[in-house]
Amino acid sequence: MSALSRFLSFAAALAASLLLSACERPPIDSVQTGYRGTGMVQVYNPRTVADQIPANQPLAAQPAASPEGPRAKDVYKNLQVLGDLSVGELTRHMAAITAWVSPKEGCAYCHNLTNLADDSKYTKVVARRMVQMTQNINSKWKTHVAGTGVTCYTCHRGEPVPQQLWFGPVAQPEAPYFIGNRNGQNAPARTVGLASLPNDPFTPYLKKTSDIRIAGPTALPTGHEASIQQTEGTYGLMIHMSNSLGVNCTYCHNTRSFGNWDESSPQRTTAWHGLRMVGEINNNYLEPLTSTFPATRRGPTGDVAKANCATCHQGAYKPLYGAAMAKDHPELLAPAAGAAPPAASAATATLPAPVAEALRSVLYFDVGSAALAQSQSTGMSKVIASLAATPGAKATISGYHSAAGTLAQNQELAKQRAFSVRDALLAAGVAESRVVLSKPQQTEANVSGEDPSARRVEVTVK
Amino acid sequence: MTQYLNLFTSVRAVGPAHMGVPLPARDAPRFGNRPAHVGLFAKLGMAQVGPIYLGTLGVASIFFGTVAFMIIGFNMLASVGWDPVQFVRQLFWLSLDPPAPKYGLGLAPLNEGGWWNITGLFLTISVLLWWLRMYTRARALGLGTHVAWAFAAALWLFFVLGLIRPVLMGSWSEAVPFGIFSHLDWTAAFSIRYGNLFYNPFHALSIAFLYGSTLLFAMHGATILAVSRFGGDRELEQIVDRGTASERAALFWRWTMGFNATMESVHRWAWWFAILCPLTGGIGILLTGTVVDNWYLWAVQHGVAPPYPPVFGTVIDPATLPGAKP
Repeated sequence: MSALSRFLSFAAALAASLLLSACERPPIDSVQTGYRGTGMVQVYNPRTVADQIPANQPLAAQPAASPEGPRAKDVYKNLQVLGDLSVGELTRHMAAITAWVSPKEGCAYCHNLTNLADDSKYTKVVARRMVQMTQNINSKWKTHVAGTGVTCYTCHRGEPVPQQLWFGPVAQPEAPYFIGNRNGQNAPARTVGLASLPNDPFTPYLKKTSDIRIAGPTALPTGHEASIQQTEGTYGLMIHMSNSLGVNCTYCHNTRSFGNWDESSPQRTTAWHGLRMVGEINNNYLEPLTSTFPATRRGPTGDVAKANCATCHQGAYKPLYGAAMAKDHPELLAPAAGAAPPAASAATATLPAPVAEALRSVLYFDVGSAALAQSQSTGMSKVIASLAATPGAKATISGYHSAAGTLAQNQELAKQRAFSVRDALLAAGVAESRVVLSKPQQTEANVSGEDPSARRVEVTVK
Repeated sequence: MTQYLNLFTSVRAVGPAHMGVPLPARDAPRFGNRPAHVGLFAKLGMAQVGPIYLGTLGVASIFFGTVAFMIIGFNMLASVGWDPVQFVRQLFWLSLDPPAPKYGLGLAPLNEGGWWNITGLFLTISVLLWWLRMYTRARALGLGTHVAWAFAAALWLFFVLGLIRPVLMGSWSEAVPFGIFSHLDWTAAFSIRYGNLFYNPFHALSIAFLYGSTLLFAMHGATILAVSRFGGDRELEQIVDRGTASERAALFWRWTMGFNATMESVHRWAWWFAILCPLTGGIGILLTGTVVDNWYLWAVQHGVAPPYPPVFGTVIDPATLPGAKP
């Protein structure tokens, strides 16, 4: 072998190892999720997953406090949230917030210790608003958080400032007048997985409501206009979602057509609601706090820190792998007192009271909604108690739907309603193996679609 | 045996430099009349370098090409604040993008796509001049013009992507950016926007010809190397005067696949496979957006995309449910 050949072989080996250095070494786990041969597969690097597991563990619940005694709002001054708790429960809640948000800094992170009612620290004002936000998420956005719900810990993870936040983009620093426009993209940005896609996938979709749907809705052109640039924006956001949840595109989408809902997985519906939920969080809760935060907490353009998918998910398909921490804090599951939107309460009022027997519970739903109203979920308390008392018993959930409308949509809705009930049971501590889902059933044809009893889910204990 | 597995040329013929055939009187002279012999080049091709013919077409083509290349390069350099280190580090991400959709086919300011238009114009002139040069050089040597027409097939795809289709769509923003990752992202976004290019039959044909070309190339190269011990590398003579090498090669393929090419036909196959790859690909791109808006839905309509059993049940687009906010 000549010196040249040796050199060339060495160079080839070096080039090959450089090329492969960006790849992840085998073995990689793959899990089939869809029909065979369609490439519906989730790919996991077991080492990455193993690294993530310790960082995504729930905290143990605080010991329960007595609900007896005077209400906190009658005892404490300037208590604008959580006032309906007993004094003991409020103290427990404050201890929980400290463990979730500021375990090192303690109560003094938000409170003036000489006067707990004092609002002089911005952190206290923010924390109050965040409690309202959490209550809003858990009560209004069950389509995304289901019965699991969120707590402060979902995002904070023991840190006063959640690790995964985003700020609006900074204008290109070189500010070239006639040459060198980066077009807001073409830089290695982590937000879009180091692709050359638009570096800020958040402002258009998680703050403004730019249209995510870019694929043509019909086979032949019918006037749908979406540019390649818009497509790259959607593409960037999808990369963010994929990274944030540690999943592939196929977690929500089918491999054949990203736009087609018929073959998508149900997770796509959850994600659809999630995008709107984040939009509301950013616009209704975080943006108005901009002037409350000191400049050091704001971004380079002076904007408030905002949330995206990674803020809660932090690399897991469900935050904390779906651990239900909120069930130990029912005060976070209820809508903020007096802040519930009137339309929602009016609609709920028309629902019949839930059937609450020891071995059977019937829960009613609003038209077209799969969200389990708070007033309805209380109907399960006796069923939950009997499940706890008889360890061998199982709960069977059947969703009913009316005969009005298309069958496919109704069945799906009945299924989603059954899922809501199942999630509520799981959140109440019932093991998943003890919950049986039966097929969606159509109510008798003589029951009109407007009759609330057609829109129900029955839980029976056997 | 091992000599046939070697990447490098194993035979190097050394002789006096070949100065080329006489040029027609109106042609510019070649330059480099004392050709160099580079031993390293002989490993892969021929050792002789030069003489080189540039001529008016070559000079003009290189000039326009260089201007386009420099506009792209200076835009990239300016985009990192004229920092040469960052230019190298971020080179793969840097890009010169076409104008935004709002400009349509109109003129955009220089820094919002105008530079892209100028680059496209100069690059178009450059490749057309280079095509003319290929054609006239082949004629000057008394050759057929196969290489020029093969190059024209590549130019067809290039013009469809950057000129013909954007004009038909009425927007320069549909065209491809000049950048390494950015043109790859464009490719993925293009497929996503138009409902998965996988279902575009011309895209499928183009891939078949692309993979077919590599297969034919490997089969032909392997066959000739394998029979060169019998003089099989004298392919052109053997087109009309079949010797034992041709007979053995033909017999080998008849034994293994029942049919064989000839010393002539294999080159026609290879040429047509190669040029059909960009020709069909260009047709597929041209139809996308202009004639078909969503290839998946088109494929469903025409029975190309099969239905699969529902695995996830029925998932409803939440935006279509009553009371949904967009």
